[in-house]
Amino acid sequence: MSYTAWIILTASLVGLSCGLVGVFLILRRMAMMADAISHTVLLGIVTAYLVTRELHGIHMLIGAVIAGLVTALLVQWFHQLGVQQDASIGVVFTTLFAIGVILISTSVGNVHLDVQHALMGEITFVPWNRIDLPLLGEIPEAAFLLMIVLLIVLISILAFYKGWKITSFDPALAVSLGIPAAAMHYLFMGLVSVTAVASFDAVGAILVVAMLVTPAASAYLWTDRLIVMLALSGGFGVASAVIGYVIAVWLDTSISASMAFATGILFVISFLFSPLHGLASKYMRGKSSRALPKNSV
Amino acid sequence: MTSHVLQVENVAASYRKNTVLQNVSFQVKPGTLTAIVGPNGAGKSTLLKTLLDLHPKLSGHVQFFGSSYQKMKRKVGYVPQRGSVDWDFPADALDVVMMGLYGQIGWLRWPSRRHRELALEALDKMGMADYSKRQISQLSGGQQQRVFLARALVQNADLYFMDEPLAGVDAATERAIMRILNELKQSGKTVLVVHHDLQTVEDYFDHVLLLNGTVIDHGETKQAFTQENIARTYGGALQWMKGEAFYAHPARK
Repeated sequence: MSYTAWIILTASLVGLSCGLVGVFLILRRMAMMADAISHTVLLGIVTAYLVTRELHGIHMLIGAVIAGLVTALLVQWFHQLGVQQDASIGVVFTTLFAIGVILISTSVGNVHLDVQHALMGEITFVPWNRIDLPLLGEIPEAAFLLMIVLLIVLISILAFYKGWKITSFDPALAVSLGIPAAAMHYLFMGLVSVTAVASFDAVGAILVVAMLVTPAASAYLWTDRLIVMLALSGGFGVASAVIGYVIAVWLDTSISASMAFATGILFVISFLFSPLHGLASKYMRGKSSRALPKNSV
Repeated sequence: MTSHVLQVENVAASYRKNTVLQNVSFQVKPGTLTAIVGPNGAGKSTLLKTLLDLHPKLSGHVQFFGSSYQKMKRKVGYVPQRGSVDWDFPADALDVVMMGLYGQIGWLRWPSRRHRELALEALDKMGMADYSKRQISQLSGGQQQRVFLARALVQNADLYFMDEPLAGVDAATERAIMRILNELKQSGKTVLVVHHDLQTVEDYFDHVLLLNGTVIDHGETKQAFTQENIARTYGGALQWMKGEAFYAHPARK
């Protein structure tokens, strides 16, 4: 496969995985947690490197999951002790991220791991770093990692669709039905961590938030069905990847930034023109729909 | 002893740093319809949540059907306040009712046709069959409440806790809900309802629990729902109740 094809495939895998995971982030009102986890996985990666002295897929995934869960646990813990949720998120992730940055510069030294790379990603280098696999042949390591993560995402959503749906909509009912809401929460945080770390190489910690949040926020405007929202969000993620690549080539600029920019464009289009919840259609429906206020009788 | 479906002994609970419930003790007989009434902040919702382990209890014992809640979970249904969920969630009425079956469907399995039929049947019972495919934010408050009731019905529990099911609903919904509550009672099930409209307590409920931090009185409505007990429960808030505004405690939104 050509250099361009690998980049577009890698970017699309990021868009698809992030788009699917993002749906539940939006519905659980946890967009900020995506921001937090996407940063703290850096600490996970650094720690995994310090322990194993290797920078390969599986170590990174495990390190990221642990870091993500520690973040989620600490946020929850501070919140229960009376710190406001958003303050708790802000304190926890910046501190853990800072530790990661300090560790990189003091203990890691001269490895393929620097702050710039972690924050912004460098998808243009992805095709150079290849591994040889049976069946698949020689493919970029980042693409392979993303394929595995996409598989994990798909299996998790199939397996825990009901659990995440009910704990997002009505956690009290879920608990009273014997569905463990806390376990579902941490399982999901683990999934966000895995997705974030796999997308790291390609788009970096900052822009992975755009891929996680924006396609899902756009999809939310187009449909009232969860299953359709998942499909749309994944589709928007892939579309953003492709459109982003085109923009990057056209303007000769950063691919990851262009991808994030593309998610923004799709969101604005959705926000204005979605037939269901778009601004234009709300305006067209005008006062007739306002005459029936939602929650009154 | 075992003839009670619910036994509550000396339960206490706090919210943040304030003690909301203290020395709460009462027993509920099967086949009864109990109104839980009390002023704002009396701990009515907290009481339900504490009994159902959704809120930590500081002390006390609770027994369901002579056993622990964890063992009897399947036999207990809960209808939270309508305002406690996000009605913009991408789901239709049928989806929400199906959620009542998620505990029975089990892990890794998707709802079957039989589950769909059960859910549709419950919606039909609440007069909502025509709205099964309607997005939940497009339903009126009363219709949303009926969807919640339908969801409780599919659980097929023996003991139900309902948090203000009659708050802010239209007259038709109120009639539909009361018809269902009476049907549940006829079939030997037990229902505890947090209720805010003191005027209808005598008509709707055979038992009443007057709550204000602790149990002021509890028993058959005829005996317990006296002017004196109401005054003790509501304190000063009672003064303006005498007029047409008997609506002592509007539901919090």
